Amino acid sequence: MTVADILMIALGALAVGSGALVVTSTHLVRSGLYLVVSLGAIAGLYLVLGAELVAWVQVLVYVGAVVVLLLFAVMLTRAPVGPSTDLDRPIGPSALIGAGIGLGLAALFVDAFHWIEYPQRDPGTAERLGEQIFGTWVLPFEVLSILLLSALVGAIVLSRPDIGARPAPPVEEPEPDEPEDPEGPEEPEAPQDEEKDAEVPA
Amino acid sequence: MHVTIPYVVAAALFGLGVYGVLRRRNAILVLMAVELMLNAVNLILVTADVSLQSALRGVPGEAWAAPNSQAGSGGVFALFVIVLAAAEVGVGLAIVLQYYRMRKAVAIDEVPLAEEQVTE
Repeated sequence: MTVADILMIALGALAVGSGALVVTSTHLVRSGLYLVVSLGAIAGLYLVLGAELVAWVQVLVYVGAVVVLLLFAVMLTRAPVGPSTDLDRPIGPSALIGAGIGLGLAALFVDAFHWIEYPQRDPGTAERLGEQIFGTWVLPFEVLSILLLSALVGAIVLSRPDIGARPAPPVEEPEPDEPEDPEGPEEPEAPQDEEKDAEVPA
Repeated sequence: MHVTIPYVVAAALFGLGVYGVLRRRNAILVLMAVELMLNAVNLILVTADVSLQSALRGVPGEAWAAPNSQAGSGGVFALFVIVLAAAEVGVGLAIVLQYYRMRKAVAIDEVPLAEEQVTE
């Protein structure tokens, strides 16, 4: 039991506990805020494990962009402020499947790695990671940037009803698009914002 | 450092994510549960960077790609997964908001999968 072990146990308990609250809370907004705690604890785990840059990218992209985007979506869909009772389906086999997958994977890892002591890594520097990205993994990196661009374009096309081709109803109703317009300009912003932040780590 | 701890934490987070995806009705909460699963995978990648790097001491990593590179690319893959998650959440929220605009609802178990005549 070293200091790193104790830190990892504490941060892991925090991450799993707030993760459990994310999937059980009856308040939509609280769910999002518990997600922040969980992601922050995971960033702390990355720090202990010696992946410093990944930890800061996690804080930047996940806590800074993704969660803010999710909370914006909660607001745009007019979620109720108080607790809502209709967030869950009837329980069915979902608890069994979730617990089975979690415990099964945990048993697999415990069986594979037992209680072996591994040497503490030197904290990873951005220099080493940069060498890896732009040396060995430069092709996946480029493919990823194309994927980001296409996701950006796709999100804009999806959220603008006037761009997509709509040839089917020729004469009957030109109406249905009209009432939707006031909300229109608000949307392309969200994916765009997030894409900018996502470019940073890449 | 005992790598079993982060591995078990990642397994628990993944199980929680699966439970959330299966249980939740609200599409945004489903996306949050998906984020939990992606984070579990990231945690496994970063931990594997530690445990496998010390197991593969002396073995040149990725020798097929670049002869003089270091072993251990878990951090790089974690970064790639983070970028993928950001793209996924952008497109996913665009779909959810468009659906909300059409139907005024975000309950995913009421989405009609077959072609139906629904007046907007």
